[in-house]
Amino acid sequence: MSAENDKILTEITENDYKYGFVTEIETETIPKGLNEEVVRLISAKKQEPEWLLEFRLKAYRHWLTMKIPVWPHLKLPEIDFQDVIYYAAPRKTPKYSSLDEVDPELIDTFNRLGIPLEEQKHLAGVAVDAVMDSISVKTTFRETLAELGIIFCSFSEAVKEHPDLVRKFMGSVVPYTDNFFAALNSAVFSDGSFCYIPKGVRCPMELSTYFRINAANTGQFERTLIVADDDSYVSYLEGCTAPMRDENQLHAAIVEIVAHDNAEVKYSTVQNWYPGDKNGKGGIYNFVTKRGICKGDNSKISWTQVETGSAITWKYPSCILKGNNTIGEFYSVAVTNNHQQADTGTKMIHIGKNSRSTIISKGISAGKSQNSYRGLVKVLKGADKVRNFTQCDSLLLGDQCGAHTFPYLEVDNETAIIEHEATTSKIGEDQIFYCNQRGIDTETAIGLIINGYAKEVLNKLPMEFAVEAQKLLQISLEGSVG
Amino acid sequence: MLEINNLYASIEGKEILKGINLTVNPGEVHAIMGPNGSGKSTLAAVLAGRDLFEVTEGSAEFLGNNLLELSPEDRARMGLFLGFQYPVEIPGVSMVNFMKTAINEQRKYNNLEPLSASDFLKLMREKKEIVEITSSLTNRSVNEGFSGGEKKKNEIFQMAMLEPKLAILDETDSGLDIDALRIVANGVNKLRTKHNATIVITHYQRLLDYIVPDYVHVLYKGKIVKSSGKELALELEEKGYDWIKEQY
Amino acid sequence: MTKIESLQHELVELYTNNLAEISSFDNPLMNNIRNSAFESFKQLGIPTRKTEAYKYTNLEPYLTGLEYQYDLSPLSLEVNLDDIFHCDIPELATQIALVLNGFYYRHNRPLNLPRGVILCGLAEASVKYPELVQKHYGKYADEKADSMAALTTMFAQDGVFLYVPENVVIETPIQIINVGYSIKNIRISRRNLIVLEDNARASVLFCDHTMCAKSFITNSLTEIFVGENANFDFVRLQNENSNSSQISNTFIYQKAGSVTTNNTLSLHGGLIRNNIFVKLDGENAASNTYGLFLADSEQHMSTYTYIHHAKPHCTSDQLVKGILDNMATGSFNGKIYVDNYAVKTSAYQRNNNILLSGTAKMNTKPQLEIYNDDVKCSHGATIGQLDTEALFYIRSRGIAYTEARQLLMYAFANEVISKIKLDALRERIIEMVDKRLRGELAACANCNIVHKN
Repeated sequence: MSAENDKILTEITENDYKYGFVTEIETETIPKGLNEEVVRLISAKKQEPEWLLEFRLKAYRHWLTMKIPVWPHLKLPEIDFQDVIYYAAPRKTPKYSSLDEVDPELIDTFNRLGIPLEEQKHLAGVAVDAVMDSISVKTTFRETLAELGIIFCSFSEAVKEHPDLVRKFMGSVVPYTDNFFAALNSAVFSDGSFCYIPKGVRCPMELSTYFRINAANTGQFERTLIVADDDSYVSYLEGCTAPMRDENQLHAAIVEIVAHDNAEVKYSTVQNWYPGDKNGKGGIYNFVTKRGICKGDNSKISWTQVETGSAITWKYPSCILKGNNTIGEFYSVAVTNNHQQADTGTKMIHIGKNSRSTIISKGISAGKSQNSYRGLVKVLKGADKVRNFTQCDSLLLGDQCGAHTFPYLEVDNETAIIEHEATTSKIGEDQIFYCNQRGIDTETAIGLIINGYAKEVLNKLPMEFAVEAQKLLQISLEGSVG
Repeated sequence: MLEINNLYASIEGKEILKGINLTVNPGEVHAIMGPNGSGKSTLAAVLAGRDLFEVTEGSAEFLGNNLLELSPEDRARMGLFLGFQYPVEIPGVSMVNFMKTAINEQRKYNNLEPLSASDFLKLMREKKEIVEITSSLTNRSVNEGFSGGEKKKNEIFQMAMLEPKLAILDETDSGLDIDALRIVANGVNKLRTKHNATIVITHYQRLLDYIVPDYVHVLYKGKIVKSSGKELALELEEKGYDWIKEQY
Repeated sequence: MTKIESLQHELVELYTNNLAEISSFDNPLMNNIRNSAFESFKQLGIPTRKTEAYKYTNLEPYLTGLEYQYDLSPLSLEVNLDDIFHCDIPELATQIALVLNGFYYRHNRPLNLPRGVILCGLAEASVKYPELVQKHYGKYADEKADSMAALTTMFAQDGVFLYVPENVVIETPIQIINVGYSIKNIRISRRNLIVLEDNARASVLFCDHTMCAKSFITNSLTEIFVGENANFDFVRLQNENSNSSQISNTFIYQKAGSVTTNNTLSLHGGLIRNNIFVKLDGENAASNTYGLFLADSEQHMSTYTYIHHAKPHCTSDQLVKGILDNMATGSFNGKIYVDNYAVKTSAYQRNNNILLSGTAKMNTKPQLEIYNDDVKCSHGATIGQLDTEALFYIRSRGIAYTEARQLLMYAFANEVISKIKLDALRERIIEMVDKRLRGELAACANCNIVHKN
């Protein structure tokens, strides 16, 4: 590609992260470090019942026995877990019952993020739980949803108001023993969202949690639990941003989804944590365990993710297809630029008969970044007539980046049909030239091509998000093509 | 030759054929017409022995044998041929090897010696002419990379090779341009004798301009609702299937 | 101590206690790197399921359980070469050499080879042609890449040495028959070194057989150097008894413009594990890696490939296909690795598998690791069954079910077989595969080396 093109690309890559501002708001934090006392302190601050404290302590003790995973294709820096603040909350919490009580700074913050907390101003048909640092700030449309029997609230409230549900399902999909970061989260998680869709109810609006890290030196450890009862449907969105800071911040979340008979859950993420600057300074370390279980027959869980942020991403939204005729889907666009590193993918565990899964992963690497797809498709012995199709494509922009594909296919049943396909290539110069020849400049052409490339996945996003994601994709990559 | 009585068949519990009655004698050409989804292809598949379908009731006799008890290959060896609507691509299996195996299996069944390589190739050459196949089939895998028209011609070519007593041609006309249609129909006509019979399954009357049927049956909702001479096809062409749908 | 740990311990002892004897065979150059291999072996240990490259290959049941001996000197067995094999594939008939339990057979007939070509035992070569051997031996294999390669180097005393000088073309293929023959269960180690200088051309066929029902554990390591614009065809036929295990490591190093085609046909054997490492270290080099494995009963067959694109404008193609029946297990673990400066790389990789029974199991892990944007790489993997539509279509033409299955299995396998360039050999292998797929013994019709189950 010409030097001219290179220049355009460089200019655009250096675009600023648009969500990098800091909100000056009074924050209550606890001292740095992690020990049993800290775990007890977090639990006490949240006035939790004894069983939950026990759960946290067990998780903490287990975490002490574990090591940070070394198998991902990531250069992990030494993380000092004693140098992190495990609890930070905007001062005037807990929870505001009406918007008038909310600190105007907060409202302003979320407005700037494009997440108005006033219901009348909000995008029609999206209910939002806004989480800042460790605390849920405001959940919109709660009453409207309650009329249908849908519970949508912060995790802390759910613990207080629906302890039986929380106790029954929390940790049932991702046990605290699952992995290093899941154990850590289970010990120190602060807040998050809880959602329950009762039998036969189709949730009429998109439910959404917006995560914002604001305070310095803090880690964010939220957990989300979604339970969809028989014959129900819900579409769930998650967005995340953080200020630009020179130090790295830790984010270790858990998402658990339970789908009962004939239930369907769509979970969409637009992850745009601060990725660090172009020299690789700062940025969020994003270690997330997301897993859903299609527990009942004919249930379906679908993950869609657009990953553009974070200095390091480590996440594998997965489906355990336990029921018969269940469906698991994973649609992902992961963009890495500058010094970002991502090791992401999915696991599809086929247990039920006739269970089907589809994996579409589009990786785009630019700058000096490393982008890996890692996925597992496992067919257990009793799972007859399983069908899986996997397509992983990687697009490379620039000669300093890397794109890697590590699929694992494990089949223990002869009636399964498993297909995996992957390609890796650079952006087509002939495509760019063709666009140029039709009068489209290179920058726009690249945008067009990238969006075309990612379209299959973007199409899976709810409308409200798709446009945002499309823009985000362009911004993340601008100037990166060489 | 073929005697179908009160035949019921279903797939995954869904009933498709609901009491078919049909008799075909040597020398006859039967056309089975009907709107999409009426069960035409199912009937063809059931007669050829596709195990996707379950026969729940009724009988089908072919040359005095209980057809439904036989494996697909035995039906074929006895002289039943199905021209597929969607001929299957089999990468890696050459047409020559495929046909040679088929011919010799049939010969073995009839207590005949296998054909010598040269006789076989001679036979291939002869039969290719019937359907005006000019390209070499020697190096090509079964149906792989064949155009839609070539696939259909290939079906008729195989029919010519195997010389069946009863040929069931399932939508052989679909996807053919007028020249290919003529070639395919000519092929079928050339193979017609007073000892064999043909069932032509089609959606349109067009093919029947070339292959003139003795009987036309209308299949609708899994039953033959109307049977008549060739004039019925013209009537259907003119009026469409709606009047049938209204009546039944 | 786990079984694998005690085996490891046993091998370490065996090595330490017998080093003098191992080193006493005429193999001075081979002795030079024994100790460093020993260090690697001790450090890495025998692979277990925790070793990423062996995640899907559990060596334990195949390597432990029986008592094995190590033959530390060649079997003093006189064999009549005419009796053992008279391979009558016309173009293959002339150039045959036997390797018995890892030792180049001393009474191999002299071969009719072009001037300058050397074919002899590696130990012999290390005495007769020390400069040649020294220049290449141990230069391409990496004992740290696989501990079983290290184990081979520790114990190997002999093997095959083939040298083809610059511009020399060997028209007739060279057939090396590796035979396991013993009255007791034994371990066999052998190292081979094949050197093709610039513009040279050769084809080599390795036939791995067991001649009796004893259990053999064979560790082999083959280094292949392919000079500029040289062309090397390598076919490996593995046909051993079900009690035997074979772990082979092949390291191919290619210079600019060279082409290698490597065809591994695993027809029979208890455990067959083939590790193939290719380094494309010159522009416009091309590597083709093909494999077919047919596994049944409780056999395990596994292929590991690592294709390293180190220079621009190279191409690589991989195709590995497997058919698994009964309780057989299989695995494919392949990687395409493209260096940052290896621009204009084209690399393809495909693995297709068919499971014929409910108890067979296949795991596959095709991988791409790419550090450069100017590449075209793709890979694909499938695990499935014979196509039921195609089965019905064939049967509807009067072909019996078993024959239809056979046709389809053969068609599946044929994609790999058709890549074999030598016509005569291809024809013979077609027959062997056909027989094998029918469950018959897959011995060559005219070769008396019958593998016994």
